[in-house]
Amino acid sequence: MSVDARDRLLSVASPIALFVLWEIAARAHWIDVRFYPAPSSIARTFGTMLANGTLLANTLITLERFAIGIVVGGVPALLLGLAMGLYRPIYAIVDPLISATYPVPKSAILPLILLVFGIGEASKIAMVAIGMFYPVVINTAAGVRQIDRMYFDVGRNYGARGWAVFRTIAFPGALPVIMTGVKLGAGLGLILIAVAEMLGAPSGLGFVILNAWQIFQVNVMYVGIITIAVIGFALTVLLNEVERILIPARPRH
Amino acid sequence: MADAKIRFEQVEKRFFLRDGEHVALGGVSFEVGSGEFFVIVGPSGCGKTTLLRIAAGLEAPTSGRVTIARGDGDRPENAMVFQGESLFPWMTVRENAAYGLRMRGAPRAQIDDVVGHYLDRTGLRAFADAFPHQLSGGMKQRVSIARAFACDPEVLLMDEPFSALDEQNRTLLQQELLRIWDETKKTVVFITHSVDEAVSLGDRIMVMSSDRGRPKAFVDVPFTRPRSVLDLRATPEYGRLFGDIWAELRDEIRFPVPEPAA
Repeated sequence: MSVDARDRLLSVASPIALFVLWEIAARAHWIDVRFYPAPSSIARTFGTMLANGTLLANTLITLERFAIGIVVGGVPALLLGLAMGLYRPIYAIVDPLISATYPVPKSAILPLILLVFGIGEASKIAMVAIGMFYPVVINTAAGVRQIDRMYFDVGRNYGARGWAVFRTIAFPGALPVIMTGVKLGAGLGLILIAVAEMLGAPSGLGFVILNAWQIFQVNVMYVGIITIAVIGFALTVLLNEVERILIPARPRH
Repeated sequence: MADAKIRFEQVEKRFFLRDGEHVALGGVSFEVGSGEFFVIVGPSGCGKTTLLRIAAGLEAPTSGRVTIARGDGDRPENAMVFQGESLFPWMTVRENAAYGLRMRGAPRAQIDDVVGHYLDRTGLRAFADAFPHQLSGGMKQRVSIARAFACDPEVLLMDEPFSALDEQNRTLLQQELLRIWDETKKTVVFITHSVDEAVSLGDRIMVMSSDRGRPKAFVDVPFTRPRSVLDLRATPEYGRLFGDIWAELRDEIRFPVPEPAA
């Protein structure tokens, strides 16, 4: 067996071993099953929620808010970041504002967001958008600024002006750094959507998790947690794949 | 010169630094004829790259001006082959070579046609879909040359395009450049610090002085075209020219080696 294959096998085996151990511990009552129900019992709840449609409905709502928030936060961040990277005065104006507001924990401003946007959809979308905005704008500006000046000289010499400079030099040149920002922002957005849905939302996975605590349905809580974890994992895989397709020029190691 | 293609008139470039004023170019005037392969040779820091960047419109002179005579058609005034790695790493060889035409909004069919031609002429056809990081240094400079020729400029500006290459590759690329140039007879301004390269390629050579960035001497190169770079180097005439230009340059080295004591 090659070293790679062995490592893959070990990586798959370790979570399975954990579940098996958990199952045994729950059945033997070594752990409190009210807090740590056996994986098999969580799986049964999962099946029930899947069958009655509540899991799918709440997952789709969360995904929809998440997707809209990613676009609402990501697109302006990308455009602003490109402008900041290309034009020094814009950088000088905007950078202090971003640096000053960036350290504020995003979850700390949830009440403010609820105040401004109400308890409807807008506040959930706004939270995701804020999570997405900062890493993307910061990385895009930094990504453009690290592009070798020579590429802009080449662009100018060969007639690239205005939008063409964005499209053919600034954006593709900064893309590897931008993608890192997108990954960070999407991860942050997922955390924030879960938090936002726990406050003043009648639906979504965050609501499912918090509601399960309120009515002490621990199994449902675990289903919610696992579902959102799977979304997080799928998101990472998806974004890595997007990166691989968008940045074929990067030397592979 | 009646049919001057590029005219440099009293081109001056001054920089103001903390320790005072620096003269990079101190009023440079000369003309390059249409279809002439003009080489500027000089020590590092003599302002030759600044001169070329001004001609390319990438820098503004402090005073004076550079005019390029326009022919008919809507060709770009100039295209530059840059020193070092100037290919966009995020574009394929074909996309890089097509860049100038694309930015000028040329029709797709024309782009494919012209780029295909120059990829053939530079032996890059098989690498059309490769990315720059997959190419050797010599191949990258071939793409740069294809990119410049493909957009069919009034004049070609070359800023030490072969200086990063090893001796064998440099000779090969010099020969290839001459071969492609022979087909188009474009006006070329070529910058180098290599006397060897200047004599091999040029019709006329301007030796630049490091003192206040001024032309020191103009030398006509009598060799006929088409030339073989290697055959040329074996002739006695080549050796004589090489010696003449080197003599002009010797005084320009900033830190001359002291004469051995008697």
